[in-house]
Amino acid sequence: MKKYLFTAFAALMMTGLLNAQSQYKAGDIASDFKLKNVKGEIVSLADIKDADGFIVAFWCNTCPVVKKYDQRLQYLHAKYASKGYPVIAINAIDPAVSPGDSYDKMKETAAKLNYKFEYLFDETQEIARKYGATNTPHIYILSRRDGKLVVDYVGAIDNNADDASAADKKYAEDALNSILKGQPVAVAGTKAVGCGIKWKKG
Amino acid sequence: MRLLLALLISITIGLASATAQKIEKIGIPELERILASPADQLHVVNFWATWCPPCVTELPYFEKLSKEFRDKGVKFILISLDFPSQIETKLIPFLEKNKITAEVKAMTNLDYNSWIEKVDAGWQGNIPVTLFFNNSGKTKYFHPTELTEKELRDLITKYK
Repeated sequence: MKKYLFTAFAALMMTGLLNAQSQYKAGDIASDFKLKNVKGEIVSLADIKDADGFIVAFWCNTCPVVKKYDQRLQYLHAKYASKGYPVIAINAIDPAVSPGDSYDKMKETAAKLNYKFEYLFDETQEIARKYGATNTPHIYILSRRDGKLVVDYVGAIDNNADDASAADKKYAEDALNSILKGQPVAVAGTKAVGCGIKWKKG
Repeated sequence: MRLLLALLISITIGLASATAQKIEKIGIPELERILASPADQLHVVNFWATWCPPCVTELPYFEKLSKEFRDKGVKFILISLDFPSQIETKLIPFLEKNKITAEVKAMTNLDYNSWIEKVDAGWQGNIPVTLFFNNSGKTKYFHPTELTEKELRDLITKYK
């Protein structure tokens, strides 16, 4: 009983922490990271010297909403990597809670779907927490300005998860097009339904 | 025999459509009406989807407590965020299989950013989440993650 109470208390504390957790918003300075990609190499944004910015996507293998957006994330990379904004996908799901989101399954997913972008494992969940990512998919567009990583956009890729052709607000593309023209991003933050990131227990 | 078969088929279709009718498809205006309900009772509104494992885990608690508190003035509404293209193929079969009798509505507006903050400014779009409110009693509590049966019961008791 004592143990159960303690678990309940710990769960409540965790909920409190999650609530208190703040999320990067446009204008904030984002942290760089060192995370392992599906080839086993350690990747940090600082090493990708030719990029003007990044489309950081909190991602996973199993979420049905992520699967809906799979083609669209690949499209963003195909269209914007050559313009200086590659996609960097990060899986922060705890595989103990969701075995389909393990590092080995990430390798399989990247191979099967022929990901051309980096797919990184945030095993300690430190980066997801730092960025304030809550769901998958969850997109952060960062631009390099004066040696810093400035957040330009946080949120969804577009406004129709089910059907790409029915999306009439392409938030990520609109933001990138504005950035590339040197214009301010009109909609710099959106919210969307996705799979909650499964956090490590205690 | 053929007649019996025809009868069976029509009963099956009849049953299926009876369940289907129960699932009201809603958009932003209906959601706003639910959230603004003037009824002086606790409303427990859960946002979930069949594709969300923690949602599916907690759903039986909502089903159980909705029966238990049905006559005690607590109104439960389970708002499904299953994709509109999967209401007939996934949501309704799921509800039938799990014998869910609680009120389920299907939110079909996928322009999430246009309505998420109407539910609660603190909602980041993750599911499950549950909103407890009584507009008449001016109580409102937004729970940003999944619930155990005990937590759900305690919250109902607290806000009822």
